[in-house]
Amino acid sequence: MKKRVVITGMGVVAPNGVGLANFEDAIRKSASGIRFEEELERLNFSCQIAGKPQLSEEKIAEYFTSLQLRGLNSSGIVYGVIAGTDAWQDAGLKIGDNEQPDWDCGIVFGTGILGVDKFREAIHLIDAGKTRRLGSTSVMQTMASGISAYLGGILGCGNQVTTNSSACTTGTEALLMGFERIAAGKAKRMLVGSCSDHGPYVWGGFDAMRILPSKYNKNPTEASRPMSASAAGLVPGSGAGALVLEEYESAKERGAKIYAEVLGGAVNSGGQRGGGSMTAANSEAVIRCIKEAIHFSNISSEEIDVINGHLTATTKDALEIENWKKALKRSDFPYINSLKGMTGHCLAASGSIECVASVLQMDKNFIFGNVNCEDLKPEIANLVSEEKIPRKTLEIPTNILAKSSFGFGDVNSVVIFKKI
Amino acid sequence: MKEKEILDAIKKIVTPYTQRKEGLENFSQKTDFIKDLEVNSANLVDVILDVEDEFNIEIDNESMEGMLTVGDAKNIIERKLASA
Repeated sequence: MKKRVVITGMGVVAPNGVGLANFEDAIRKSASGIRFEEELERLNFSCQIAGKPQLSEEKIAEYFTSLQLRGLNSSGIVYGVIAGTDAWQDAGLKIGDNEQPDWDCGIVFGTGILGVDKFREAIHLIDAGKTRRLGSTSVMQTMASGISAYLGGILGCGNQVTTNSSACTTGTEALLMGFERIAAGKAKRMLVGSCSDHGPYVWGGFDAMRILPSKYNKNPTEASRPMSASAAGLVPGSGAGALVLEEYESAKERGAKIYAEVLGGAVNSGGQRGGGSMTAANSEAVIRCIKEAIHFSNISSEEIDVINGHLTATTKDALEIENWKKALKRSDFPYINSLKGMTGHCLAASGSIECVASVLQMDKNFIFGNVNCEDLKPEIANLVSEEKIPRKTLEIPTNILAKSSFGFGDVNSVVIFKKI
Repeated sequence: MKEKEILDAIKKIVTPYTQRKEGLENFSQKTDFIKDLEVNSANLVDVILDVEDEFNIEIDNESMEGMLTVGDAKNIIERKLASA
């Protein structure tokens, strides 16, 4: 029989808040994590602003041994380890006291590209003919699965430990992969999440594609404008989000706090056909993905109270809403919000950070406001009544929330959470 | 360079990589990096790089392979310093 899956722990390292309490405070207050970056100015970027979590050396040292800290130069690993460790502890699970691997616990922790700063170090040494000077840390900090490998060792997980990668759907996809493993009875607990490195070598390619806003370098907090008529492109971000998924019976047995249930979800691809491309979504695929997620979750579309959208602040925001409208086929529309106005687009980390934000609002009975959306895009206003797009935080309980993420390569994922 | 200075430097270098801290208490030329100090085998290359930086020498792969104990390391360092 299919097992029920619930969320029992969360951790987050976001540009506007590190740790659940700080992050909740930030999203309730519409606090922005987008700042001017001198480094990007020096390197002649058009877009010189970004979302980067604020972490002190002391904070980082709490999560790594002094040996691990030697030569550590992979921001994705730093973000992922902090978020993952926090989620594990938030779930009331112990760290590092198991002599034997925990065979029932696994990890799916995704990333887009890992350890770019470490890789740059290696490239300089290799090009100078000094390959032997790389030392032992180059491989584990730059392999994509470095993040699940670090977490696997810290937590002592003995079930599947892997890393997925599907551009900006990565975090949401990781959650669904962990969900399926528990539902199938193959694991009791799965730490799921994703991380994204920061810095010019990650963001440069996006700047070159000219999809980042270039006119907000002097007023960074206004730059990321999902659903706004003046939306000028996505603001690059970074960070990590993590959730502990657990078999319902196991969570009940140990008296764990249950944030929400994962009812189900769907992932698919538009095949880069029918209007879809490497960078654009095939609307038919998006609609199918939403419908399948609702179908597999055994709910009706009317039951969805809130949508946490992908909504990156590009011209495609209106199309995303239109796709939801077509998929849901209901006369009214659920509340909808986007985190990216506050954090920017945290790329591979976006799905997991936004899942954490989604579940936090369900747990604490609020719906965070959409930032920089005073001038709602007319095409969106034609589809959704303005009151469903809150600009300020609403104190409203949510029963069912749908979270979507879409990514380059024409890939989609939608997950449905329910309060229990 | 005196033998004791070399041994002290090796001890300082290997300390952060040592997982079995008791092994440092009776640190001697007989101390085995992997058996007594439980240095992760992957970290041995980092120990070598730190030794190279400390003594301004280069330790080739062949010499590295024979470097199982603190005494082995000391002998290699002395040899390299003499030929430098």
